[in-house]
Amino acid sequence: MNSGDTAFMLVSAALVMLMTPGLAFFYGGMARSKNVLGTIMQNFVMLGVISIQWALFGYSLAFGPDVGHLIGNLDWFGLNGVGLEPFKAYAETIPHQTFMIYQAMFAVITPALITGAWAERMKFSTFLAFMILWATLVYDPVAHWVWGDGGWLKNLGALDFAGGTVVHINAGIAALAAALVIGPRKGYGGVGNGEAFIPHNLPMTVLGAGLLWFGWFGFNAGSALAAGSLASSAFTATHLATSAAVLSWIGTEWVFRGKPTTLGAASGAVAGLVAITPAAGFVGPMSAIIIGLAAGFICYMAVLAKVKLGYDDSLDVVGVHCVGGIIGALLTGFFASKLVNPAGADGLFFGNPAQVGIQALAVLVTLVFSFVMSFILLKILDATMGLRVSTEEEVAGLDISEHSEVGYNL
Amino acid sequence: MKKIEAIIQPFKLEPVKEALHSLSVQGMTVTEVKGFGRQKGLREVYRGMEYQVDFLPKVKIEIVAPDDKAQAIVETVMKAARTGRIGDGKIFVYPVAEVIRIRTGETGIDAV
Repeated sequence: MNSGDTAFMLVSAALVMLMTPGLAFFYGGMARSKNVLGTIMQNFVMLGVISIQWALFGYSLAFGPDVGHLIGNLDWFGLNGVGLEPFKAYAETIPHQTFMIYQAMFAVITPALITGAWAERMKFSTFLAFMILWATLVYDPVAHWVWGDGGWLKNLGALDFAGGTVVHINAGIAALAAALVIGPRKGYGGVGNGEAFIPHNLPMTVLGAGLLWFGWFGFNAGSALAAGSLASSAFTATHLATSAAVLSWIGTEWVFRGKPTTLGAASGAVAGLVAITPAAGFVGPMSAIIIGLAAGFICYMAVLAKVKLGYDDSLDVVGVHCVGGIIGALLTGFFASKLVNPAGADGLFFGNPAQVGIQALAVLVTLVFSFVMSFILLKILDATMGLRVSTEEEVAGLDISEHSEVGYNL
Repeated sequence: MKKIEAIIQPFKLEPVKEALHSLSVQGMTVTEVKGFGRQKGLREVYRGMEYQVDFLPKVKIEIVAPDDKAQAIVETVMKAARTGRIGDGKIFVYPVAEVIRIRTGETGIDAV
């Protein structure tokens, strides 16, 4: 046991916790004012719901004793046996419970990311049911495959430092399923026609992006699970990739649309954070900058593509998290280096082209599994509980219709 | 008595207020409003998506004054709010039936 590592990991857990309210502000500002509380609530309440799910059985399913390389068993139900001694297979120098509560924050924010896809029209009760099912049947298994002791993708050598596949591709592709099943918002007609879906408070969105950036140091550097050289290089890579993505996103829109925007700067930051997540502990600082530049440019293009493809992913979860996660996971296969992290692997640029294939397989498996499972769960819930609020409730806004309150009073 | 209602460019509020001070106008009410006229709307871009915004922000000022001062106020507002470009706004003048000061109950011109 190491007190420095334990202190660092407790602080990192608190940093990752702050990302969920940060996400709430990031999304809340982009919603229209009549939906600001509904949007914030769908993120904030995850801290309540998933934390309890995690303590009861989620942690055991994701990280508990392996069953067939696919899932953990229920030996750790109710945190039974998750004590204050280190569990060597995960982290040798911190209490097992510290590792568990750190991972709890990841389990909370991952489903929260999906909420941007159905923003402004999802029924709150169905939302809660979906989130519990998705966390249990999608997040926990995928977390086990990639991070759990005995998980099959981990055994295969797939690199995912802090959750490019488990968190971002997983939530991002579930968001695509959600946008397809629930359908567009009333009045959504793409560019030039239909209602204008204009963000009601961009300062709030930028504040949220700032909190996400701050918290992400806990997410990525903390994934080193110890306070040392690896955490430091992950911290540096995270910051530089994010900075580069801010520049490439606003640079791209400056070229194509004539003006750099604050929403673009905030979106670029999140795209960069997403893309560096799987790579953070495996790549050097210059590689991180290249990954960030790619993320800012490609995610901007991906966000525009949704108009052509015709689905209404309200707050661009697919374009930012799914696409950003794929960029990061694949580029990890190119830029990873054992010079940065001897416990990792070399990528294509360091003489190991096979790593690209392993990364691509992990991406593909996550995409297919999460999409299919999310699609089925959403269809079942749509047929039983109904996904959408009524048209009248949608027009009135979720704040009044689902929560009987409003964000702003005179 | 007359009510002068002027819809002007937001950045012209300060010059209009200063000009009206020099006329010793007793009071005014200011509201942030949105609307459209010949200037039409403007284009906003969010994450690369363009939206046509039809209602532009303007400022509405309302002044109640004795009949003999109304013309001077109109001319002052017009001079101070004018840029010469489309979108400078409009002035409306209405007759006022009655004015009552809530604190004292005074009515008519004394209450203005």
